Amino acid sequence: MLEIDGLTTRYGSISALRNVSLTVGSGEVVGLIGPNGAGKTTLLGSISGLLKPASGSVRFEGTDVTGRSPDQLLRSGIALVPEHRRIFTDLTVVENLRIGGITVSAAERRDLLDEMVALFPVLKEKWTTSAGYLSGGEAQQLAIARALMSKPRLLMMDEPSLGLAPIMIDVVFDLIVTLREQGRTLLVVEQNATRMLGVSDRAYVLRSGEVAAEGTGADLLGREDLFDTFVGN
Amino acid sequence: MSELIQNLVDGLGRGSIYALLALGIAVIFGVMHLVNFAHGELITVSGYIAYWLFVQGTTWYLIAPIVVITAIVTSALIEQVAFRWVRGAPDFTMLLTSFGVHFVVEALFLMYVSASVRSFDRPTWIADTFSVGSISIEIFDLAVIVVTLVTLGLTALLLQRTMFGLALRAAAEDFDTARLMGVKSDRVIRGAFLLSGLLAGIAAVFWLMRAGQTTPAAGTTPMLKGVLAALIGGLGSLKGAVIGGFALGLAEVLLRSRLPDNIASLTDGVVFVLIALLFIFRPQGLITVRHAERV
Repeated sequence: MLEIDGLTTRYGSISALRNVSLTVGSGEVVGLIGPNGAGKTTLLGSISGLLKPASGSVRFEGTDVTGRSPDQLLRSGIALVPEHRRIFTDLTVVENLRIGGITVSAAERRDLLDEMVALFPVLKEKWTTSAGYLSGGEAQQLAIARALMSKPRLLMMDEPSLGLAPIMIDVVFDLIVTLREQGRTLLVVEQNATRMLGVSDRAYVLRSGEVAAEGTGADLLGREDLFDTFVGN
Repeated sequence: MSELIQNLVDGLGRGSIYALLALGIAVIFGVMHLVNFAHGELITVSGYIAYWLFVQGTTWYLIAPIVVITAIVTSALIEQVAFRWVRGAPDFTMLLTSFGVHFVVEALFLMYVSASVRSFDRPTWIADTFSVGSISIEIFDLAVIVVTLVTLGLTALLLQRTMFGLALRAAAEDFDTARLMGVKSDRVIRGAFLLSGLLAGIAAVFWLMRAGQTTPAAGTTPMLKGVLAALIGGLGSLKGAVIGGFALGLAEVLLRSRLPDNIASLTDGVVFVLIALLFIFRPQGLITVRHAERV
């Protein structure tokens, strides 16, 4: 579904990503782990159009989408839950969701809102509250729901458990399992490597801007040379 | 007491025009981080169109809607010709660009039209008043206030209830994330300029009706008042811009009527001192923009 080939992205003269290749198949949950500064966020930024790759290609469902703008990529079917959630705190919860569904028809938007209420009951209680008043866990759920409002065929998440209380981290990982059971395709960046590997079909380990390893969760957890990647979690 | 009420009505009338201008400036600042010093040019261009129509024998009933349309079109045009090219540039670059547009438009009128004042008749009813008890209210002030309140109400509905309004508010808070959600930057920025032009057009109608004339520099004063009002309210806050506009209008009228006669002509200076004091004690303006600290 997603094929990334030889992607290099630079900040000025520094290459944050070097020749990264990876694939995500339809219905797969793929984890992207690695230490801070490994280029995980840069990779998602390059796929979602926020950053322009210097070279390499991003193909989605057979079409070359390299260098498209974020709104075009969203219309192509790729949604991103950005790092630090980035919900709109000046908007209410329902307004955040409606913005997420700006690309679908009004009727579809209504159906999707109902779907989100079923998936995230906590949001219904805060429906017309300003999103700035949500707790970290609630805000993360809103950020994920907002991304789902565009009916993406590929959902990317950047550090969904970052900064959350332990109980909310459980909620986020349970949610990843739920989304997986719904047959959705996910590409998830996580610091929490061991837990992420537990819910992934496959994962890539990124280090210093390059793919250091790839494999199933069990494979990667058994690799002693990747131990430093998992330390601290 | 009755003098105070009289002042309040005058101040609200004056403040209405400032509020419309400030709101347009705040809308554009929100989506582009551009302080639009070319905003007054919408009034200058509209003024010459009004003059030209007047010379053709057109009445204000027709001039007014054409002035509004002129301001909208001019606003879209300035975006297309000038601001599109500096999108995402450092704030200072955009600031200079807007100054550039301001001076270029003024120069074009000086070179190709005339430096002299072009006068046209004010509407016949402009000085008419009616009395409520001992207070005499200008019909003009009342018209300005009512039209402004209706406009602000409709603008609020637009921002709260439509997808365009939502997109505009989302983009104002976090442009990158709005684009990630599928908001088209072109559309939201063009929309912001159209809305800003509409608001300025309504302000222009009243400004020109009262002024009864235009010059190449006619837009400078209303632009300065609008920028000031937006600053008073806290740039980036739409609500703040409206409050700032009314506050500025009221402050001007109250000062002019209360200051001793020999310094009443220094009203503008006193207003600036008050604004300076405001920024010493509340540098963020009257309304705090919550997401201003975002990284």
